[in-house]
Amino acid sequence: MSFTLLAVQILNGLQLGVILFLVAAGLTLVFGVMDFVNLAHGVQYMLGAYLTAVAVAATGHFGLGLAAGLVGSLALGFAFEVLLFRHLTRRDHLEQVLATFAVILIVTDLVRMIFGPAPLPLRLPELFTGSIRMMPGLAYPIWRLVVIGAGLAVAFLLWVLITRTRTGMLLRAGSTHPEMVSALGVDIDRVFLFVFAFGAMLAGFAGAMAGPILSIEPAMGDNVLILAFVVIVIGGIGAVRGALVASLIVGLVDTLGRAFATDLLRLVVDRSAAAQAGPAIASMAIYVFMAAVLIFKPTGLFTGERAWTRTR
Amino acid sequence: MTRALARRVAALLLHPATAIVGLALAVALAEAFGWNFAVTLATRAAILALAALSLSFVIGQGGMVSFGHAAPFGIGAYAVLIAGEYGIREVSLLLPLAFLAAAAFAVPTGALALRTRGVYFIMITLAFAQMAYFVFAALSAFGGDDGMGLAGRATFAGARFLRSDGNLAWLSVGLLAAAAWVLHRVVAARFGFVLRAARDDEARVSALGFSVYRTRLVAYALGAGIAGLAGALLAEQTAFVSPALMNWHRSGELIVMVVLGGSGRLAGAVLGAIAVVLVEEFLGGVTEYWKLGLGLLILAVVMSRAIDLRALLARIAR
Repeated sequence: MSFTLLAVQILNGLQLGVILFLVAAGLTLVFGVMDFVNLAHGVQYMLGAYLTAVAVAATGHFGLGLAAGLVGSLALGFAFEVLLFRHLTRRDHLEQVLATFAVILIVTDLVRMIFGPAPLPLRLPELFTGSIRMMPGLAYPIWRLVVIGAGLAVAFLLWVLITRTRTGMLLRAGSTHPEMVSALGVDIDRVFLFVFAFGAMLAGFAGAMAGPILSIEPAMGDNVLILAFVVIVIGGIGAVRGALVASLIVGLVDTLGRAFATDLLRLVVDRSAAAQAGPAIASMAIYVFMAAVLIFKPTGLFTGERAWTRTR
Repeated sequence: MTRALARRVAALLLHPATAIVGLALAVALAEAFGWNFAVTLATRAAILALAALSLSFVIGQGGMVSFGHAAPFGIGAYAVLIAGEYGIREVSLLLPLAFLAAAAFAVPTGALALRTRGVYFIMITLAFAQMAYFVFAALSAFGGDDGMGLAGRATFAGARFLRSDGNLAWLSVGLLAAAAWVLHRVVAARFGFVLRAARDDEARVSALGFSVYRTRLVAYALGAGIAGLAGALLAEQTAFVSPALMNWHRSGELIVMVVLGGSGRLAGAVLGAIAVVLVEEFLGGVTEYWKLGLGLLILAVVMSRAIDLRALLARIAR
């Protein structure tokens, strides 16, 4: 376990954490503001990756393709909300689970039908393809650094948007006192619509960012969705700030656990037992962490004023 | 007159026993005519009905929307596999073992999940089920990601009773009937009343001096144990166990079965399970994209309840 390996794994963990944040931020707002269980958020992540890959291939330009992918994700978010989810926001959670689960089944199979089960390539421009030597013996892919930077930039923009603007004020007010806000003449359903579509766009952005690193395939949203759930439970529902901290923790714990659990176990048990138990323990790590948080803070780490919007 | 008759027929069709008797008849007919395919299908329907029934108890009676019911189901299957590797192949031992293993998973995870409500509960049960999935996928001694075949079907009192598909079908339908009866009794008992009352008004039940938390945990573990039985039966049927059994899509499908049949009644889950198994079988024979069809069906059912169709039509007509 050398220092360079540790540094690389920490960067990998940060990069996973940032992707998780982009997915979880939209999801937690939809949960917190509308009390709506959206299982189809992973589908929006997957669609963002596909749209970007197709647009990049069609235009031959990465920036244009990414922009088209983002606009497409936003449009899909609007479409889903208007056609389906708006009718379900006041129904019980069970029906929301069913409807969004059905959307997963439908969209995943449609994508498989159109693009086939094989992964789709997403080519990066020359500028982002190489690696940077960060210190002697440590070269790290440029794109992954770009992903980390972009994710942190989005986090900063979200903070400004939610805590420093009028839109953010409406959002915060709408999440705690929807009746009062609508009595003041604000169309609260429209606020929800924009929150939903914006969340879909963030998920699509995450998909586009992850596309060149992971393979773009119909089921790519599944694992991210469940990790995003873990993030939201840890951070507190509705808390964007909680989502940021929790995603970085989950990204780091998961990545470092998978990289080092077997080696660490070898210090206490013999080689073959460590090889057996290591992967199993590593895959449990984030869930055990979630359980620990639940024991001490059942509503997540961040609640109240400092959470950036309400927590339930 | 005809309306009263129709109501009576509907009540009979929806009676808990009808669907199970129907399954038993299907098995008897299929065996008599030697339709092996139908025996397998009926067994599968009975097994999934058993799992859905246990989830219906948890969701419908307990008001706990668990999105992780595939976990106890899969743990029941793994109990059969792992015990088999250690030489235990006796079904009268394997079934209780599967029940206990699944319940043993449900007690600590349920104890944590039940500290929360609503959306949290849904997400946490899903997360714990996914944890179980990844743990079994990492256990290379028992097949890891790929899963592992069973050495053979279990024995019953030392005899190779379950080698016949027909006998396994009867065991599955019999267990389904037994579980339905037990759950029916539990629902009708004081425990069931407390459980439902807590679902409807937690504060009042607490004020009456009942421990809502403990009642729910017991119900959650009982539901998980029965799901474990179903998982053990499925392992016997397919003679193969893999982490795919606890894929979260299965948790979703079990919820679909419960809700399609009506979550308020235990019997609804049995009907829902039979319907989903038939839809899967039928669509799966026609196209590889059968999940698309299932999804459209679910969406149609849910949206038709959510949208006021008459108001929508009136608005379009205007």
